[in-house]
Amino acid sequence: MIVTTTKGDMDDSLLEHRTGEFEDDNEATVWDEYWLDGELVHRSAHIKLKKMPSFAGGETATF
Amino acid sequence: MANTQSMCTSFLGELMLGQHQLGTSTIVSRGSLTSPTTDTLKAALYLASATINAATTAYTATGEVSGTNYTAGGVTVTNATAPTSTNSSSTAGVGYWTPSASLVYTTVTLSTAFDTVLIYNSTQSNKAISVHTFSSQTITAGTLTLTMPSNTTTTALLRLATT
Repeated sequence: MIVTTTKGDMDDSLLEHRTGEFEDDNEATVWDEYWLDGELVHRSAHIKLKKMPSFAGGETATF
Repeated sequence: MANTQSMCTSFLGELMLGQHQLGTSTIVSRGSLTSPTTDTLKAALYLASATINAATTAYTATGEVSGTNYTAGGVTVTNATAPTSTNSSSTAGVGYWTPSASLVYTTVTLSTAFDTVLIYNSTQSNKAISVHTFSSQTITAGTLTLTMPSNTTTTALLRLATT
């Protein structure tokens, strides 16, 4: 697979692939990193928002 | 300084003035008596060090991210779903709306940590709508995708309720 990096497009076989994830009540996030010789050359993130902003102490704006 | 997730307070009053049209065109616009139009909404990213919150009344370039392939002002929000309202009882109800597609910032490099997206109405003088925070991120020659929650009475991105 070809990966867009700070060094240009590279085959992923040349790179170290690291992934991570984070989840709480507000979001579910995953990220992909590609490293070349200890240098971060690509990082993408996918964030799924779970809820609307709180407002006036509640989950919704109330009237 | 920090960003705080909230619906923007000014947005509530502006709704009563009819200054925002979310979703599909359903009413005659304020600019034309014959041709309904939908407002263009945009989504701008802000640094973790910025101060964007309920008191934010309009888009500002102060504290906005900058970097390769990121355009100041952010991306356009796909605004194709009309707001929905429903009663949960004889005296309570909720109106809700969610963008109809993910917000995608493609092949960007944003080296300084950011944690906030501001949704605002670029048709109506960049009036602020809502602030959404998330875990601090950087992007390197990559894509940031913000996927919207399900458009339901309990999870929609924007919800206005009576109790």
